[in-house]
Amino acid sequence: MKPTLVPPDAPTTYADVWTFRTPRARLALWFGWLALVALFVYCWQVMNADTMWVFVADAPGQAADLGSRMWPPSMAYLPELMAPLWDTLNIATLGTLGGVIMAVPVAFLAARNTTPSRVWIRPVALLVIVTSRSINSLIWALLLVAILGPGLLAGVVAIALRSIGFVGKLLYEAIEETDARQVEAISATGASAAQRLDYAIVPQVMPAFWAIALFRWDINIRESTILGLVGAGGIGLKLQASINVLAWPQVATILLVILATVLVSEWVSARVRQAIM
Amino acid sequence: MSLETTYPTRWRRPPRMLRDRRWRFVVQGAVLAYLVLAMGSLDIEWSRVVEGLARGQRFVEGFLQPDFTSRWSDIRQGLIESLTMTLTATVVGVLISVPIGIGGARNLVPAPVYGICRTIIAVSRSLQEIIIAIFLVAMFGFGPLAGFVTLSFASIGFIAKLLADDIEEIDPRQVEAIRATGAGWWQVLHYAIQPQVMPRLIGLSLYRLDINFRESAVIGIVGAGGIGATLNTAIDRYEYDSAGAILLIVIVIVMLAEYGSSYLRRFLQ
Repeated sequence: MKPTLVPPDAPTTYADVWTFRTPRARLALWFGWLALVALFVYCWQVMNADTMWVFVADAPGQAADLGSRMWPPSMAYLPELMAPLWDTLNIATLGTLGGVIMAVPVAFLAARNTTPSRVWIRPVALLVIVTSRSINSLIWALLLVAILGPGLLAGVVAIALRSIGFVGKLLYEAIEETDARQVEAISATGASAAQRLDYAIVPQVMPAFWAIALFRWDINIRESTILGLVGAGGIGLKLQASINVLAWPQVATILLVILATVLVSEWVSARVRQAIM
Repeated sequence: MSLETTYPTRWRRPPRMLRDRRWRFVVQGAVLAYLVLAMGSLDIEWSRVVEGLARGQRFVEGFLQPDFTSRWSDIRQGLIESLTMTLTATVVGVLISVPIGIGGARNLVPAPVYGICRTIIAVSRSLQEIIIAIFLVAMFGFGPLAGFVTLSFASIGFIAKLLADDIEEIDPRQVEAIRATGAGWWQVLHYAIQPQVMPRLIGLSLYRLDINFRESAVIGIVGAGGIGATLNTAIDRYEYDSAGAILLIVIVIVMLAEYGSSYLRRFLQ
C-alpha cells in the first residue's frame, strides 16, 4: 500500500468559500466576547449601585460653570509659583538620584547572571522591586508625610522609594540581556568577580542605565507636581491651597505651569537621550 | 629615524562620555553646584524627623502585623469599587482608544485625522490622573463613577499612543498583498493590520488593567472612590495596622495581575 500524506481525520469535503477562522475558533471567540460583555455589565451595575445620577446629569453644566470660573487664568499669580516650581524640580531630581542609587544594587542582586544567590537573595530583591512598583508615589508620600512631617523631604523620599522598583526592574532586565561572551573574555584574563562586573557588565548596561534614569526623571517630574496634594511640598501644595479656597483662576494658572513643565522636561529628556545614545 | 615613541606602560580606560577634560570639569562642577543648591532648599527639620521615627516604627509594626478584620467591611467595599472601576474603565478605554489609535497611525489615515487623533492622545497623556480626578469629582460627585471616567480617559492616551506607534511599524508588504486582491480600507484593516497588532493590543490592554488597578488605589485620595479612599481614611485615623493590611492586599493583587497577565499573554501568542 502506498503511504499517504493525507491525515486520517482530514475532512473529505472542503467549503467553497475561504473563511478567516475555523468554526470552532469562531465559537470560542464569540463566547469570550460574550463573557467579557457579561462581566462588564455586572461590574458596571455593582459599581453604580450608589451613583447619584442627578449629579451625573448635571455634569455638563458643572463643567461649563467650572470652565467659566477658571478663565482667564490669573497671570498675577505666576511669580508666586516660581519657588514651588523650583521645589518640585528638586523633589524630582533628588528623588531620582536617591532612587537610582538604591536601585542599582537591587538590580544587580535581582539579575540572574549577577546575583550571589538565586535561591535566597534574588527573590528578596524581586520582592523589593514589586513592593516599590505596586505602591504609587502619592501613597508613599501619604505615609511619609505622616512619618517625616510635611515638606520637601517626604516628597524626595517618596519619589526615591517609588523609583527603586521601576529603575530596578528595567535595569535588571538589561543586565540579564548582556552578552555573556564579553564576561567570559574578561574572566579569561584572570579577572575577579568585581573586575568582571566593572569591565564586562557595567560598560554593556551603561547606555540602558542612562536611558532608564532619564526616563524615570521625566516621569518623576510629572509625579512630583501632584505630591503637594498630600502635603509633600512643591507646586501641588499651591494647587491644593487654591482648590481649597476655590480660587479657580489660580488653579488654571497652576495647571498651565504644570503642563509647561511636563512638556519641557519631556523635551529635555528626549534631547539628552539623543545626545548620549 | 627611530619609530620609538613613549607609550604609557599602563592601559587606562578611556572616559565613556565627554572626552574633553575641560567639558567634563564644567559638567561635574555644574552638577555639584546644583546638588548643593538643591540640598540647601530641602530645609530638613531634624527634630520633627526624630519625632516621626516613632510613628514610622508603628507603621512598620502595623505592616508586619496587619489588621484585616476590624475595618474589613470598609476594605471590602473599597476593593469591590476598585476592581469594578478598573475593569469597566479598561474596557471602555480600549473601546475608545482603538479608533483613536487607528486614526493616529500615519500610514492609514489622511493628515487632518492624524493631527486630531494625535492631539487627543497628547492631551490625555499630559494630564495626571489625579488632576483629572479632582475635576471629575467636582463634576460627577464623589464615588466610583468619577474614578471610572478618570481611568478611562487616562487609558485612552496610553493605549491609543502605543497602538498607533505599533500600527506605524507593521510590515507594509502584508498590507500591499491584501490591497492587491482588491480589498477596501476596512478589509485591509481587518485582514492585514488587525492580525499583526492584535497580540500586542491584548498585551497592552492587560498591562493597562494592571496600571488602572494601581491608579485606582490613588485617585480615591481625592474622592473618586475605591481602595484609595479607604487607605486615606485609615492613615488619617493613624490606624497603621489597617493601612498595612490595605497595602498588602494591593501588593498581592498587583503581583497576581502581573503573573496572570504574563501567563495569559504567553497563552494567547
